[in-house]
Amino acid sequence: MKKKKFVVLPFQEEAKLFDAVKMAKEDGYKIHDVYTPFPVHGLDKALGLKESSLHKAGFYYGLTGLSVAFFYIGWIFNFDWPHNYGGKPHFSFPAWIPIMFELTVLFSAVGMTYTFCWLCKIAPGVKKHHFHPRATDDLLVLVIECTAHTNAEEVESKFKKNGAIDTSIQYAEIGWWWGTYNDDTIPFTKDNSSIVVA
Amino acid sequence: MIALREKFKIPKKLKAIAALLLIIGILTILSGFFTKGLSTDNAVSAQFWGVLMYNTIFWTLICNASMFFVCFTTLAMGGWQASFRRVPEAISCMVPIFGVLTFLILFYVVAIDHNYHIYGWLNTDVVQHDEVLKGKQGFLNVKFYLIWTVLTLALWSLLGWRMRVLSSEADKGPLLGEKGKKYIWKNTVTASLFVVWFALTVGSTVPWFWMMSIDPHWYSSMYSWYTFASSFVSGLSLIALWVVYLKNNNYLELTNQEHLHDLGKFIFAFSIFWTYLWFAQFMLIWYANIPDEVVYFKHRMQGAYRGIFFLNLIINFVFPILLLMSNDSKRKYNWIAFMATFIILGHWMDFYQMVMGSLSKQEVSLSWFDFGVLAFFVGVMIYGVAFALTKKPLIAKYNPFLKESVIHHS
Repeated sequence: MKKKKFVVLPFQEEAKLFDAVKMAKEDGYKIHDVYTPFPVHGLDKALGLKESSLHKAGFYYGLTGLSVAFFYIGWIFNFDWPHNYGGKPHFSFPAWIPIMFELTVLFSAVGMTYTFCWLCKIAPGVKKHHFHPRATDDLLVLVIECTAHTNAEEVESKFKKNGAIDTSIQYAEIGWWWGTYNDDTIPFTKDNSSIVVA
Repeated sequence: MIALREKFKIPKKLKAIAALLLIIGILTILSGFFTKGLSTDNAVSAQFWGVLMYNTIFWTLICNASMFFVCFTTLAMGGWQASFRRVPEAISCMVPIFGVLTFLILFYVVAIDHNYHIYGWLNTDVVQHDEVLKGKQGFLNVKFYLIWTVLTLALWSLLGWRMRVLSSEADKGPLLGEKGKKYIWKNTVTASLFVVWFALTVGSTVPWFWMMSIDPHWYSSMYSWYTFASSFVSGLSLIALWVVYLKNNNYLELTNQEHLHDLGKFIFAFSIFWTYLWFAQFMLIWYANIPDEVVYFKHRMQGAYRGIFFLNLIINFVFPILLLMSNDSKRKYNWIAFMATFIILGHWMDFYQMVMGSLSKQEVSLSWFDFGVLAFFVGVMIYGVAFALTKKPLIAKYNPFLKESVIHHS
């Protein structure tokens, strides 16, 4: 994948982040994403993100689990291996419900987990570019993607005035690839300047 | 800050509707009283008193569920309800009124009419020769029944009243610093007392007394939770209905879709919870297939009540899970109002089959009479709640959690 140019703008406070997001939108910059260590209420609306389709996928996974359980048990107890359990009818629907319920939960949970990994491009043994190591710790990191019309230095200095700290300009691939994070910078222990700066 | 419309004024239309419902209700009850209620045949008078019983129990429990809502959100430090907290408070004002009605009706059934058809355990001649009922005598006797009923209703009313008095403090002046801490502490203490008493009553004993003892031989350890779930989900629906009504009349300026969304989530979640209990109660009994236990479900599932039995499940489970699942459905005022009405009716029918299913086993007695009595209770509820809403400002301006509620995101 081609490398792109990004301006990385970490903030320490939510209020400043919201102001920055608003400013970036008003000035017409292309916001790549915002990385936060915890869910920030209202950020999705401020960014104008459209609703995730994850829960719809979850519903259909659940439906799949429900029907798999129903048809599989139905096939076993009625056609493949009909047994006489204490004189109960072969089609003992109430007794199947707990299993149908469990499989609904299992399918939707596992399915949604994998879908979530796919959408966020994360998985075990897979690596993607980290814009700032402290995005998983205590900084709220706004990343702006540079287009042909963006003056990266100007953006950096502009947001520095509005509370961004430890800013940088980075060239990065935004995909995911095999690898581990062993060699990555650990916050506060190593010098953060090891991040590639253009 | 935007200007708030402080006090609720009852619109004429609402008054007219409530009056109409009351007139219909009173006429129905009177006609039922003279045709059936006075009959010396217990089986006939049970058709009248049974209907009154399940209606009054249902409405007492769902109005009390409002106070439970206030109390558990208080205990959980849930600030989001602060912007519309006066609505459940106003609904809980009905507890003493419906409570007195419940007590009068139950007192008549137990102590004056001695209705053996409703409560078989009242008949001492039968109990003497019945090993099972003899064993239950320590619990199922008139004295304990009445004392416990009075205690239950009185403490619900008293603790609810105390919560409402405490809430009035938030109208008077700013509750900052130590004052605010004290306010929250006092609320927490009363709320926890209420929740404990609630667990000892709705969570266990009261449904056994009032409804389960209609089938004195049969028992289910799920019964009280089932009753609680049924009344709680309809109580939440009732809160949602009033919130939507007030919003549509331009009150409750600080309440918005976010709060409605959370109420909707509660309704959705507790509909599923109700189903879980419904199934847990049904499945074990169905699976074990022991005659003593199956008596409860036999005529409900395979007899006259088959239609009601499955309709109950469709209205209270299938509809909520499909129609309230999506994000958008919980954020639309009219949709929530529609679903809430539907769920209240569904659980009213659930209470119908819990009581009348045992009193009239051969045929489904649901008729205009049931709906007439329902009209009476809805009329009283609308009048009472609307009146209670006019008494206090709709938003407690100095509630320490108000800001949290205003900026609430669900």
